[in-house]
Amino acid sequence: MKGLPPVLITAIVLVAGFVLCALQFPNIASTRVVCNLLTDNAFLGIVATGMTFVIISGGIDLSVGSVIGFTTVFVALAIERWGMPPLVAFVAILALSAAFGAAMGAVIHLFDLPPFIVTLAGMFLARGASFLLSTESVPITAPIYSTVSDFALRLPGGGRLTAVAIIMLVIVIGGALLLQLTRFGANVYALGGSRITASLMGVAVGKMTIRIYMLSSLLAGIAGIVFSFYTGAGYSLSAVGVELDTIAAVVIGGTLLTGGQGSVVGTFLGVLIQGLIQTYINFDGTLSSWWTKIATGVLLFAFIALQQVMIAIARRPAVRPAGATP
Amino acid sequence: MTALLPRRGLAQIFALIVILMVDRAVSPQFFDLRLQDGRLFGSMIDVLNRGTPVALLSLGMVLVIATRGIDLSVGAVMAISGAIAASLADSHGLPVVLAAALGAGLVCGLWNGFLVSILGMQPIVATLILMVAGRGIAQLITEGRIVTFTSPDLVWLGNGAILGVPVPVAIALGMLILTGAVVRGSALGLLIEATGGNARASDLAGVGTRAMILAVYVWCGVCAALAGVIAAADIMGADANNAGLWLELDAILAVVIGGTSLFGGRFSLLLAVLGALIIQTMNTGILLSGYPPEFNLLVKAVVVLAVLLLQSPKLTGMAGIVARIRGTKA
Repeated sequence: MKGLPPVLITAIVLVAGFVLCALQFPNIASTRVVCNLLTDNAFLGIVATGMTFVIISGGIDLSVGSVIGFTTVFVALAIERWGMPPLVAFVAILALSAAFGAAMGAVIHLFDLPPFIVTLAGMFLARGASFLLSTESVPITAPIYSTVSDFALRLPGGGRLTAVAIIMLVIVIGGALLLQLTRFGANVYALGGSRITASLMGVAVGKMTIRIYMLSSLLAGIAGIVFSFYTGAGYSLSAVGVELDTIAAVVIGGTLLTGGQGSVVGTFLGVLIQGLIQTYINFDGTLSSWWTKIATGVLLFAFIALQQVMIAIARRPAVRPAGATP
Repeated sequence: MTALLPRRGLAQIFALIVILMVDRAVSPQFFDLRLQDGRLFGSMIDVLNRGTPVALLSLGMVLVIATRGIDLSVGAVMAISGAIAASLADSHGLPVVLAAALGAGLVCGLWNGFLVSILGMQPIVATLILMVAGRGIAQLITEGRIVTFTSPDLVWLGNGAILGVPVPVAIALGMLILTGAVVRGSALGLLIEATGGNARASDLAGVGTRAMILAVYVWCGVCAALAGVIAAADIMGADANNAGLWLELDAILAVVIGGTSLFGGRFSLLLAVLGALIIQTMNTGILLSGYPPEFNLLVKAVVVLAVLLLQSPKLTGMAGIVARIRGTKA
């Protein structure tokens, strides 16, 4: 008896939550609200996809929020002050963030340091660098920004599937395929299962570590660009604390924080659950936004406790007396 | 001479002296002290005073890290205890306020300790829960407002002076002596280090590792609550959004600078507090030198990296790294 897979439990929680919300506020069950939910959480979905890879490989990346902040400032300054064409600015920042992630991965691997503390230093570094660039909010007026934010696929029921939501969905699907169908994905699971075993099986642990953190930072960079589309400005204090929301989404999505187990689809559902809580609070109107934090904390606890139970169940057969029915 | 100087703290003491000299260079009156209204004033006193919350946090954090754990929730616990203290300050006496605020820290510590030691969760994950939810709870207590108070007793705790020494500094010193006496005056410190070194072996050897782990998280919660009360008393109000924000990172940084290994197994209370002072001296120095405070984060990042690389078990010489790079490329 293996019990329900964690992703299924997350899906059940999401559906049950959605039905409960819809019973109280029938308007929630419309394409308009669902599309807004996707748009509002687009950057979170993108960055959480990268975090899923990191956490499954047994690591953690605390720098993603700062990388988003740095990206928004860099993009805004590059376009508005330095006169770069937007697309060049995007390519530059993505290269920069990928290099940043690769550097963190290299430090983690070469010096055998805990990812937690290395990415913490990365978090300080990226946030500090964005403060140095500008401490003010820089509005972006480039035409591409209004084009992108006006673009939307109209759905029946008044929903507008915006460009940022589409980017997020593409990245989530791409991430899920990368994790499930490629050798790279299999290696990520292997690393999280056991580093030593993986390296004995011929996985290039160093290369993998560098690539995984590179992927996470690259996606954080894309999330930053999406965030700047969403807000239309670059601000060094944007996305403060997003790393926590991201980790929470990944855990609620059924990924084991010890690594080796998890899925991008689950993470996506975790992001939607967080978005649903926020939407419910907006609809209710009397609840304050701090309830989001408490509800997220409670959900986090519930899912982590569930994981503990599942690990305990998974280990039990080993100590069962011979002859016991499985 | 070697008998007089502690071998392990030399690098930290040296670093502190260097930073103090830099501070002296950018601000010639850095070491000036004057006595006014029965309280000492001066940049040095400022450093001690501002460094108090992080010093208190690092006292609890160093014990947690010694058991191979980590407590991410201390900033949120500060916000909770500060919110409780500020809401009760004008209607209750100081003993009640302190008991309630510190009691809240105790409960938070028990919760973290319960998750880590009884349920066996990873410390990062277990304390992440309270880190996320704690600030929400604090805002629940203050009802989303910034609660201010005028109670002179509580204000004294943040701004008063005992024999010229600011009260927060005296409290931090008292806590350092108390913690030191308890863990180093008995076998407790050794048992904590044993737990961090190898929990299973210690358990088999008869060390109550579960009780040890529970105890260090509780102590960490109490220290964080005290830091929260002092921070609230200092500004005569509680801001659930910003009280203690990111201080968990400073506390971890202080412990790491103090030479305590993140892999558990050994710790130094004194050096952790010294680490907190080094951070604060740097912050004050950057402020005094007229650079924008934004430089703080960059400087901190560089310091963390430098300390980490020095601590790294792999950094036994450039040869080792070169060999590993070759190994990676192969």
